[in-house]
Amino acid sequence: MAVEPQAVLLHTLRDLGYTDVKNGCEIGECGACAVLLDGEAVNSCMVLAMQADGADIVTNSGLGTMDKPHVIQESFADAGAIQCGFCTPGMVISTKALLDRNPDPSEAEIRDALSGNLCRCTGYGQIVDAVKLAASRLAGASSQREDARSNSKRGRELDSSNRVLESGDQTKVGGES
Amino acid sequence: MTVPAFNYLKPDSLAEALDMLATEPGAYPIAGGTNLMVDVRAGKLSPETMIDVGDLDELRGIVVKDSQMTIGGAVTIAELLRHEIIRQRVPVLFAAGKTFANTLIRNRATVGGNLVNAAPCSDTAPALLVLDAEVSLSSSSGTRWIPLTEFLVGAFQTQRRADELLMEVRFPIPPASSRGGFEKMGLRKISCMAKVDVAVMADFDERGACKDARIALGAVAPIPLRAEKAEVSLVGTAFIARAPEKPVRCGEQVQDKTIEEAARLAGEAASPRSGSEYKRQVVYGLTRRILTAMATGIRDGEAS
Repeated sequence: MAVEPQAVLLHTLRDLGYTDVKNGCEIGECGACAVLLDGEAVNSCMVLAMQADGADIVTNSGLGTMDKPHVIQESFADAGAIQCGFCTPGMVISTKALLDRNPDPSEAEIRDALSGNLCRCTGYGQIVDAVKLAASRLAGASSQREDARSNSKRGRELDSSNRVLESGDQTKVGGES
Repeated sequence: MTVPAFNYLKPDSLAEALDMLATEPGAYPIAGGTNLMVDVRAGKLSPETMIDVGDLDELRGIVVKDSQMTIGGAVTIAELLRHEIIRQRVPVLFAAGKTFANTLIRNRATVGGNLVNAAPCSDTAPALLVLDAEVSLSSSSGTRWIPLTEFLVGAFQTQRRADELLMEVRFPIPPASSRGGFEKMGLRKISCMAKVDVAVMADFDERGACKDARIALGAVAPIPLRAEKAEVSLVGTAFIARAPEKPVRCGEQVQDKTIEEAARLAGEAASPRSGSEYKRQVVYGLTRRILTAMATGIRDGEAS
């Protein structure tokens, strides 16, 4: 696709239909527009679309769908970490970036990882609970996977169920394609 | 929100980037964009062409050689925090990075960008000042190194010419005998601009006497200040050797005349704007907290 030089990644993604990337403040304060840019959680309102040319971009909707939600998304729902939902996609992205790097974070590490994501409804308690829940569920899934590897009979079944939880659609934008 | 139009160029090499800065009218370098995009949207800055320097290899490294650390201008704050030698040997810069904005911003914001922006409340500047940092500026006609103290000339004003790129920041890695600390006060614990920053580095001889002390104050003047009288008051004293025998409990005050005096002098050095006189008190309190932690190993307010 082609973009204007001053196009901002946030708008480009939304124009492409990724409206799960929310337009909150546009000054890098609220984190509602967070996406994974080559694995790093960033505010897409601060990135020029051209700067993301060739990069791997993952948005909340790339992690899972309504039918097959990602473990993190499921954990946010189960922990009641959602009220109006506007901040949730960004929260989910920051959580994914945290757990990819640190699968067993302390509460302080969770709060630090979410420090760029503002929620005006819930008061953060349930959001922190959701991250803890997701971490423990992912740890359970990976220990199951270890078991599966040592048990070739069950391996195929468990590996395929876990792959759904870990895969994310990856979208490339910027430049011309 | 509409973003004003500008051109975008991505050089393949440093030489090309410097050539673009010299020849493109209204060119401005961009890396993380976390300050720049805010200023452009607000109309404070109207570059005709953005030169994307964020991926240039020459600006992306952290190199340790001969007890000196050199950090590329496009290294992000998150990368600083992940660097083991910074974590272990440069605690003042590590602590400043921990207070910097928030995780999403730290993943994009760069050291060079923070210095070039030259906000009075920059968190990296006071930490780098007490490390005696220098910065290099390159243009197509050459490279110059200048002390950070000279680079910063006023609020949002630096020595950088429009055709120059901030390449690197370098400083001697503090010796193992040194101690330091950084404290920030803002409206929130995190994700806020500094109301006051205090950075301290000091080195000690084998008997625990202070050989050399540097204290820098952020957000209390147009540019970060060195509290020179407070620094001088510490030299020759053995305030860290007088550490109490038992650990200081949370909330307990440490009465040490040297620390009290240095903190008082640091507070006097602050030059806040009218209406912000409270900042002198904050400088006093934060300086005392850092010096006490340097002496006892325990930060005031932390559970023991």
